[in-house]
Parts: sequence; C-alpha cells; structure tokens
Amino acid sequence: MNKLQIFNNGVTKENPILVQQVGMCATLAITTSLLNGIGMGVAVIAVLTGSNIVISLLRKFIPDEVRIPAFIIVIAAFTTIIDLLMHAYTFELYKALGVFIPLIVVNCIILARAEAFASKNSLSDSIIDGLGMGVGYLVAMILLSSIREILGNGTILGFRILPEAYEPMMMAVQPPGAFILLGLLIGIVNYVSRSKKA
Amino acid sequence: MDLVSLFITSFIVNNIIFMQFLGACPFLGVSKKIDTAAGMGIAVIFVITLASIITFIIYHTILVTFELEYLQTIVFILIIAALVQFVEMFLKKSAPGLYQALGIFLPLITTNCAVLGVAINNIIYEYEFIESLVYSVGTSAGFLLAIVLFAGVRDKVDYADLPDSLKGSAISLITAGLMSVAFLGFSGLQL
Repeated sequence: MNKLQIFNNGVTKENPILVQQVGMCATLAITTSLLNGIGMGVAVIAVLTGSNIVISLLRKFIPDEVRIPAFIIVIAAFTTIIDLLMHAYTFELYKALGVFIPLIVVNCIILARAEAFASKNSLSDSIIDGLGMGVGYLVAMILLSSIREILGNGTILGFRILPEAYEPMMMAVQPPGAFILLGLLIGIVNYVSRSKKA
Repeated sequence: MDLVSLFITSFIVNNIIFMQFLGACPFLGVSKKIDTAAGMGIAVIFVITLASIITFIIYHTILVTFELEYLQTIVFILIIAALVQFVEMFLKKSAPGLYQALGIFLPLITTNCAVLGVAINNIIYEYEFIESLVYSVGTSAGFLLAIVLFAGVRDKVDYADLPDSLKGSAISLITAGLMSVAFLGFSGLQL
C-alpha cells in the first residue's frame, strides 16, 4: 500500500465511525453542535497520531505479552496531555466536552490502530494511518454534528442559517436524535457504497 | 439529594446508555442474545462497582495527598485493566460457560467507557464514598437494564423485512434511538 492509499483507507474505506462503527460513545454524546464535533475530532487526531508514532517507534521493544497494557499507557499519556492543553487554552470547549476528553483513552479506534497497524508497520506509514483514521473520524463528526446543529438549532457554528420562522427540532440535539440520525447516516453510507460496487 | 433518588436518577432518568451514551460499543456489539447480554451486564455491574470503590480510595488517599490529580486518567485506566484481568481469570475458573459466551467482549470491558466514565464522574460530581457507591451501582444496573431490553427488541428486528442498507448497525442505532425516546419520558420525573 502506498501512502495515499493508507490515508484514504482511513477516511473512506475503513472510516472509523461510518464503516467500522467503533468509538461511538463520544460520537453520539458530544455532536450537539459543530464546534464540539470539530473540537473532539481534532483531539482524537492528536491522540491517535501521537500514540501511533510512539507505538510504532517502540514496536520492537515492547514484549508481546504486555503489549496491550503498554499501548494503553501510551494512549493515556497522550490523552492526559490533550486534556491539560484543552483545559489551559480552550476552556469553554473543555467544559462542553467534559468527561469525554479523558474518555478518549478508551476510544476503541485508538487501541485498535495501535494493535492492528502501528505495532506492525514503519513510522512513516503509522503516522499516515493515524492521520487518515483521525481525519475519517473528524469527517464523520463534522457530518453528524452539522446535521444535528442545523436541525436542532437552525444554526451552524452559532450562525443562523435557517429563517427565524423555523421551529427547531429539539429531538435532534437530544439523545434520541443522536441515535436515530447516526443510524440514518450509516444507512446512507451503506446505500452509497453498495450502489458504487454494483 | 438523598440516596434513593440518586439511585433512581442514575438507574433510569440519566440512563447510562440512552441518556449519557457511555458504553455504547458493547451495547451495540454484545446485545444479540438476551442471556449473553445479561451476562455482560452482570460482569459490568461487578467491574464498575469494584472499579469505583478502588479508584475512589486511591484518588482520595494517594493522588490528592501527593497532588497528582492530573495523573487520574492513567492511574484509573491501569486499575480498571488489572481488575478486568482478575474478573476474567475468575470467570474462566468458576463459570466457563459464561466465559465462553462473553468471549472477546470481556477484555473489551477495559475499553468500555462506562467503567472509566463512572470512575471519573464520581470525582467530577464530588461524591462522598457512599454516594459514589450508590451512583456506581445505579448506573451499572441501568446498563444491565438497557442491554437486556435492547437484546429483546433486537431479537425481533432480525426477522423484520428491512431495506438492505439499514440492516445491521444502522437499524440497531435507530432502535436504540426509539428506546431512548421512551427513557426521555422519565426526565420529567421530579425526585
């Protein structure tokens, strides 16, 4: 696989949310506005790329038996760094994302990439893989959170785009909306990928 | 807030899956058969309660004393990982049937955000020890309730005639959404 394919693989073919469907908790919970979605997506890109780099560098030194705890410590370290950085520089966003920032550590996609890719591939490939998967995550977050913000609030990034007369669909920003809209989004992705194959 | 209402709030009103979205991965993954779902739910209750007790004690005795609160995430995840390993060995010896049924999902409790989420929430909400215990049991019982109910519904969904694109996780999410509407009804409950 060349670099472009690795990147593309993460964004489209194996998109972590829309295709692999891992790491759904944060996706469902914080996509109530586009800003939150972008913030979470960027945080995940940072942790994913950082942990992929370190794990790829250490892959020859970590004994097989203790690899999972070792991966988790690396991921937890990066999560803590992001947590402290966001606390210091983007406090509003930090409050909005709340418990879901420390919970990046248990986002299955990061451990999955460490186990399936970074522990077996070269540094440069692992960086590309981390970026690709991270961008795929970000794209899915942007899609879902803009849909929810437009339907539920009539705004995007806080700017009103639907006329004042639009009655906001409260359901979209409430928990049920998250499940139903993500379900429909995955349905649409399935439909598109199916019709492409046919 | 007294303990009974804390329990009911964390059990139903703020149901961990339908309202807080913690633990959605095993929720969507394991809940295909009612008995597997129940096994998973019970394992989660056990792990969450134990993990909350241990993380609470370690946070307040060690991390606060030595001003190491920023290590919270790393320390908590290590405690949880060790604990899950212990539960796994225990089940392998004493309940091999359940161990077989849970298969891959048991190690995955480590990366079940519900466990770490509850441990962190105990700290964020500044609960006392007893409160955090009630909160943990209530929340994890809510997980068991949600996953068993969902497994029951999903059993029927499998036989429904669906558009191909919606089969699998898409319809699961939509089903979960409809169940979440039902749980939203509890949010009017004044306790």
